[in-house]
Amino acid sequence: MIEVENIHKSFGDNHVLKGISTIFDKGKTNLIIGQSGSGKTVFLKCLLGLFEPDEGSICYNGQYYSKLSTKERRNLRQEMGMVFQGSALFDSMTVEGNVMFPLDMFTNQSQSEKQDRVDFVLKRVNLVDAHKRYPAEISGGMQKRVAIARAIVMNPKYLFCDEPNSGLDPKTAILIDNLIHEITQEYDITTVINTHDMNSVMEIGEKIIFLKNGFKEWEGTNKEIFKTDNKAVTDFVYSSELFKKVRQMYIEERN
Amino acid sequence: MKYLEAIGKYFIMIWEVFKKPTKWRIMKTLIFKEIDELIYGAMGIIIFISFFIGGVVTIQTALNLNSPLLPKSLIGFATRQSVILEFAPTFTSIIMAGKVGSYITSSIGTMRVTEQIDALEVMGINSLNYLVFPKIVATMLYPFAVAISMFVGILGGWIAAVFGGFAPSGEFIQGLQMDFDSFHVTYAFIKSVVFAFVIATVPSYHGYYMTGGALEVGKASTTSFVWTSVVIIILNYVLTQLLLG
Repeated sequence: MIEVENIHKSFGDNHVLKGISTIFDKGKTNLIIGQSGSGKTVFLKCLLGLFEPDEGSICYNGQYYSKLSTKERRNLRQEMGMVFQGSALFDSMTVEGNVMFPLDMFTNQSQSEKQDRVDFVLKRVNLVDAHKRYPAEISGGMQKRVAIARAIVMNPKYLFCDEPNSGLDPKTAILIDNLIHEITQEYDITTVINTHDMNSVMEIGEKIIFLKNGFKEWEGTNKEIFKTDNKAVTDFVYSSELFKKVRQMYIEERN
Repeated sequence: MKYLEAIGKYFIMIWEVFKKPTKWRIMKTLIFKEIDELIYGAMGIIIFISFFIGGVVTIQTALNLNSPLLPKSLIGFATRQSVILEFAPTFTSIIMAGKVGSYITSSIGTMRVTEQIDALEVMGINSLNYLVFPKIVATMLYPFAVAISMFVGILGGWIAAVFGGFAPSGEFIQGLQMDFDSFHVTYAFIKSVVFAFVIATVPSYHGYYMTGGALEVGKASTTSFVWTSVVIIILNYVLTQLLLG
């Protein structure tokens, strides 16, 4: 569980996050949504410890990040997995090398133990025949799956994803969403996803936080987002005709 | 003020490079990879340029020593002094700043743009140690490259002198041995170690702290070459004054 209390973050005169408080539950897929420039990425980077908040606190299972020493922070980061928007795979390493990298860095496992673990996670993300290929030789969807495999190879307690299905076709995007959701439940981890994708919101959003101009405008579940009357949320979520129709059908069905 | 801030940031970066070292087993592999790319990979261009510059130095010296009162051995002497004192350590370093420095800036800069550095940080890895330390260690072998540059430069000079008809082989070699001060070689090696550190760290700084996209990677490479060259030239003056002055 991650507890966020009154987070503020500014860059010069630009006050990006203006007092965000929330709780990200364990074993749930938590989504952060909002328009471009609403502060989603900065918020995610604060959660990851890449940015230090100016005010407020972030607590990971009882550990306040601001009170941890540099060594404790690095240890905490080893409990985090991150899937970057562009996958951020290491170009010079094969798929297998990328996934094995955290094991090489932080464990003293034998080569066969590491190989077994890599084979297991790559199989878990449905990639069984790409071990020796380089990131440039595989598709965007496969790169995302390798990034997920790398993120979960150390059995993280927290999984963060920055727009995990951007640039993917709708079918692959749904596969990636489902994979993250399944992994979250299977390993009982706290997952936080930063997304623009409304399919993700509807399909896997067990908890959704809507940010607007650095404030938390709304929070709820994917069921509640159908019912909300918050204009900012409905304008954002139902900006496409398709989703407007889906919502209309839902309301009519409910009535 | 901006430059002072950059200088401060550079020294903080150097401090960070030596903190929280990466596992030796991993670091060893990275160091060998960097030696291959930064030193072995640059040997071709170093040998090529050294050979021809050595030849040019000899021809120009010979053409300027046209008095019959001056012995031909002076051509060998002047070639040796030019190559050992200045050409091999300094001129080669400027070439390395272009070749190796641009490579370092663009490779680290691309990692920054594609969030690979963020990925390392999120994993709890000291990204500066992981990326920059092996480059510093690898470039510490740069004096070997400078030694080869000295040898090839003098060889190029000998070939130009003998086969160009500017001096007989015996007199050229006599000039090479004339008034030899071994400290000049030490001075060249001290300079090359300092320049190697600059070649590894200044381009790393420009790559690591760059912001933007692919276009900015190119701009950062150019800026890093300019600053690496400027720092090398300033340090060349300072070291020469300190060691030979």
